[in-house]
Amino acid sequence: MPDTLLHIVLIVVMPPLLLGVIAKTKAAFAGRTGAPFLQPYYDLSRLLRKGTVTSDTTTLIFRSGPVITLAATLFAALLVPLGKHAAPVSFEGDMILFAYLFALGRFFTTLAALDTGSSFEGMGAAREVSFACLAEPTLFFALITMTRLSGTLSLTPMLNYLSPSVWMGTGAALLLLLAGLYIVLLAENCRIPFDDPTTHLELTMIHEVMVLDHSGPYFGCILYGAALKLYLLGALFMNIALPLTSGNSVADWGLFILSMLILAVSIGIVESVMARLRLIRIPQLLIAAMILTAFSFVLVVR
Amino acid sequence: MTGPGEVVPNLALLIAAIILQACSTLPLLFRRSALSQKISASLMVLASMIGTTGAVRSLTDPAAHSLLLDWSLPFGPAEIGIDPLSALFLLPIFIITGCSALYGVGYWPAQKHPHTVTRLTFFLGLLAASLTTVVMARNAILFLIAWEMMALGSFFSLTTDDKHEEVRDAGILYLITTHLGTLVLFALFSLLSINGSFLFPAAASLSALHPLANAIFITALIGFGVKAGMMPLHVWLPSAHASAPSHISAIMSGVVLKMGIYGMVRVFSFFAQVPLWWGATILVLGMISGVVGVAFALGQHDLKRLLAYHSIENIGIILMGMGVALIGQATGSQAMMLLGMAGCLLHVLNHALFKALLFLGAGSVIHAVGTREIDLMGGVGRRLPLTASLFLAGSVAICGLPPLNGFVSEIMVYLGCFRGVAFSNGSAVGLTALAVPALALVGGLAVACFVKVYGTVFLGIPRTEEHSGGHEAPGNMLVPMGVLAGFCAVIGLAPWLVAPLLAGAVAGWHPSLANSTAALTSLVPFNWISLLSTSLTLCILVGTWVIVRRTSGNEHSTAPTWGCGYLRPTPRMQYTATSFAEMLVKYFRDLLRPQEYSPEITGIFPAPTRYSSHITEVVLEGLYLPFLEYLYRKTAPFRRLQHGRLHLYILYILVTLVVLLVVTVNS
Repeated sequence: MPDTLLHIVLIVVMPPLLLGVIAKTKAAFAGRTGAPFLQPYYDLSRLLRKGTVTSDTTTLIFRSGPVITLAATLFAALLVPLGKHAAPVSFEGDMILFAYLFALGRFFTTLAALDTGSSFEGMGAAREVSFACLAEPTLFFALITMTRLSGTLSLTPMLNYLSPSVWMGTGAALLLLLAGLYIVLLAENCRIPFDDPTTHLELTMIHEVMVLDHSGPYFGCILYGAALKLYLLGALFMNIALPLTSGNSVADWGLFILSMLILAVSIGIVESVMARLRLIRIPQLLIAAMILTAFSFVLVVR
Repeated sequence: MTGPGEVVPNLALLIAAIILQACSTLPLLFRRSALSQKISASLMVLASMIGTTGAVRSLTDPAAHSLLLDWSLPFGPAEIGIDPLSALFLLPIFIITGCSALYGVGYWPAQKHPHTVTRLTFFLGLLAASLTTVVMARNAILFLIAWEMMALGSFFSLTTDDKHEEVRDAGILYLITTHLGTLVLFALFSLLSINGSFLFPAAASLSALHPLANAIFITALIGFGVKAGMMPLHVWLPSAHASAPSHISAIMSGVVLKMGIYGMVRVFSFFAQVPLWWGATILVLGMISGVVGVAFALGQHDLKRLLAYHSIENIGIILMGMGVALIGQATGSQAMMLLGMAGCLLHVLNHALFKALLFLGAGSVIHAVGTREIDLMGGVGRRLPLTASLFLAGSVAICGLPPLNGFVSEIMVYLGCFRGVAFSNGSAVGLTALAVPALALVGGLAVACFVKVYGTVFLGIPRTEEHSGGHEAPGNMLVPMGVLAGFCAVIGLAPWLVAPLLAGAVAGWHPSLANSTAALTSLVPFNWISLLSTSLTLCILVGTWVIVRRTSGNEHSTAPTWGCGYLRPTPRMQYTATSFAEMLVKYFRDLLRPQEYSPEITGIFPAPTRYSSHITEVVLEGLYLPFLEYLYRKTAPFRRLQHGRLHLYILYILVTLVVLLVVTVNS
C-alpha cells in the first residue's frame, strides 16, 4: 500500500522535474547558468492561472483533446512499474493497454490540431502520426522480446524479471533492445534529434507546432501530459537498463529516482551534442531502431 | 440434436425472422408510398428483434438444433439448423440489416426515388433472408442456393443507382468475382461430400490426414477468401462498397464479407486436428491484408472507398485471430485456440458494428454536402454535430483504441500472439512474433487514417463554397447510428457481457473448448478492461466539463486561428487529406504506386498550378487485368462456339445429354 501511494505521488509530482534537469544540463553544456530546476513547475502553475484565447473555427474536440490525452497518459501511468516495485494495476495484457492509451492520446492531440484548420498544425499532426507508425512496431518488438525472455505477459513481472544475472546471460540482446528503445523514447517525446522542443516557429517542428493554438490551462495540460509521457517511457527504459535492487524497498525508491535523473541528464547530453536531423532522415533512424529490436528478439529466441 | 420435424423455439424464432425479412417488401409491392416504405422497414426491424432474441438464446444454449426438410431436389434432403457458432454470425446480420432498413427510410425515401425504392427494398429483404439462411444451412445444396441468392441480392441492391457507369462497372466486377468464388465453392463441397452425403460433417469429425484435407483447405481459402475480401482476392471490394447506397455498403461491409469468414470457420471446424501450415498461411494472409489494406486506405480521397479499404484491413485482423487459433490447434495450445478464435469472432461482431456505423455516418455526410471527395469537405462537424459525434465514436472504435469495442477484440488477438511468443516452440514462435508488430503497425496506420478522415471532413472550415451547405440528418437516420454506437460502447465498457456468448461460439468451432467461459475470463482481463475503460471515460467527461467551465469567464476570448503572422488566411490553406497522408503514402510507394501529377514551377511569378495524386486498385489493374487480357487473346478460337444462335445452343445441350446418357448406361 505505501508503495502504491508513493507510485502515485511520484507520477503526479516528479515528471516536470525531468524537464528542469534536461534544461539545466543543456545550459551547463552551453556555459550558461540556466533556469532553476523547478522552472517547469512555475510555468505550469502560471499557465493554469492564465486566460485563454481559442480559435473561432474550433469545436469541443479542441477543448477536450488536451484533457483526453492527459487522462490517457495518467491511466497509462498506473500500469508501469517504477523501479523494482509492482505497478498499482497489473494484469495479463497490460502492456497492450499501455501502448494503446498513448495511441488514444495521439489520436485526440492530432485531431485537436486539425480542428484549428491551420496548415502548420496540420503539418505537425501529419508528422506525428507518420512517425508514430514507425515507432509503435519497435515498442512491440521490445515487448515480445521481454515476453519471450521472462515468460510473462504483464509489465510488472516482465520488467522485474530482469537482474544483473539476466544481463550477464543475454547482454547482447538487451543492448540492442535498449538502443532501439532509446531512439523510440526520444522520438515519441519529440526530443532532439527528432524534434526541437524549444522552438515552434519552424516548418520542421512536430509536437510544438501541433499545439500552437492552445493556451492557458489547455496548454498546461499538454505540457504536463508531455512530461508525464517522457517520465513513463523513461521508467520503462531505465527498468531494463539498470535492473538494480538493494533488497530494501525504501532504498529501491531512491535508486529509481536517481536512475530517472541520470536518464534526464543523458537526454540533456544528447540534445547538447547533436543537431536536429533533417526531416527525411527521421524515418530511416526509426526503421533502424525497429531492426535493432527485431534483432534482439532473434537473439533471445535463438 | 433434435429429430426431424421437431421444432425448438430458437429455430422457430429464426425461421420466422427469415420469412419476415423475405416478405418485408410486400407493402411496397401493393402501394408505393412513404407509409408502405415505413411499414416495410418496420417489418425488417421486427424480424431483427425476433431474430436477435433467437440468436442470443442459441448462443447460451450449447446444443445444436436442426430441422430436416425433405424436398424433391436431387442431392438429398435439406437441413437447416442452429448452433452457437451460427448464432454468433446471426447477431451482426440481424443488427445491421435492421439498422440499415430503418436508415433507408430517411436515406432513400420513396418520394425522392419512386422508381428504385421498391427494387431496393425487395433486394434488401432478399439479401437479409439469404444471409440468415447461409448461416443456418447445414447441407451443401441449401448453402449454395442461399449463397447465390446472397450474391444476387447484393448485386442488385448495389447497382440500384445504375444510371452511372461506375456503378454498373462495379456491379459487373462484383458479379464476376463472386461467381468465380462460387465456382471454387462447388469444388469444395464436392470434395467434402466425397462419401456421398451432402450434409455438413459434424464438428471435429474429419482428420487432417484425410487425403483430400489440403485440397479442402485451399478451396475453402480461395472460395471464401474472395467473399471475405482477403488480399489479393479483394479486387471487387473497393468499387462495390463505394458505389452502393450507403446503407447497402454498411450491410456488404458489415455482414456480407463476414460470410466468407463464417465459411472458413465452419469448414475448419470439421477437422479435429490441423497441420501447422494452415494456421501459418492464414496468419500471413491476415498480416498482408491488414497492413496493405490500411496502406491503400491512407491514399484514398473518396470517403466510401477509404472505408472499403478499411474493411480489408479488419478482415486481416480477423484472419490473424483465426490463424492464431489454428496455430494453437496445431501445436496443442488450448489458450491460443481460445484467444485467437474468440478474438476473431468478437472482431467479426465489432467490425460489423463500427463499420456499419461509419458507412451510415458517411452516407449522412455525403447526403448533406453532396460529394464523396474528402478534400472538398471541411467543417461538417459544425453543421451535423450529432452525426459528427457518432462518426467519432466509430473512428475511435475502428482504430482499436480504448475505451470502445475494437480494443477488446484486438487485445484478444494480441494476447493469443503473445502467448505463442512466450510459451510455444519452433516456427510457431516466429510466426506469432511477427504478427505482433504487424498488428501494431496496422493500429498505427489506422489511427493516422482516421485522424485524416475525421480531421478533414468534420473539423476546420469548409474548403469549397459549393459543398459548405447541408444540415443534420433526420431522426430515422440518427437512431440506427445511435444504436450501433451504443453497442460499440457497451462491448467496450462491459466486455464481460460477451464472454459467455463467445465461449459458446468457440465451442461450436472446436468441441474441446466446450464450457470455456471461465477459461476465457481468466485469459482475458475483462474486469480490468471494464474498470479502466469506464473510469477513463468518466475522467474524460469530468475533466472536459471542468476545464470548459474553468475557461468560460471574461478573460477567455476567441480569435481567428493563429496564422504565424500571416493576416489573410483562406480555407484553402488548410491541410488537405492528401497532404496529410503524403508522407505515409511515400513510405509505401513501391506498393501503392501513386500516380502523381506535379507540374514544374518556373519563373519568378509562376502561374496558378495544381498538384494531384491518385491511387488506383493496383492488384486489379497491374495483375489481374493484364492476365485476363492475355487469356482473352489466347482463347479467341474457342469463342466461335459462343455465337448467340439459340437453336445451336439447344443442340449443345442435347448433345451433352446424349453423351452423358451413353456414358451412364454403359457403366
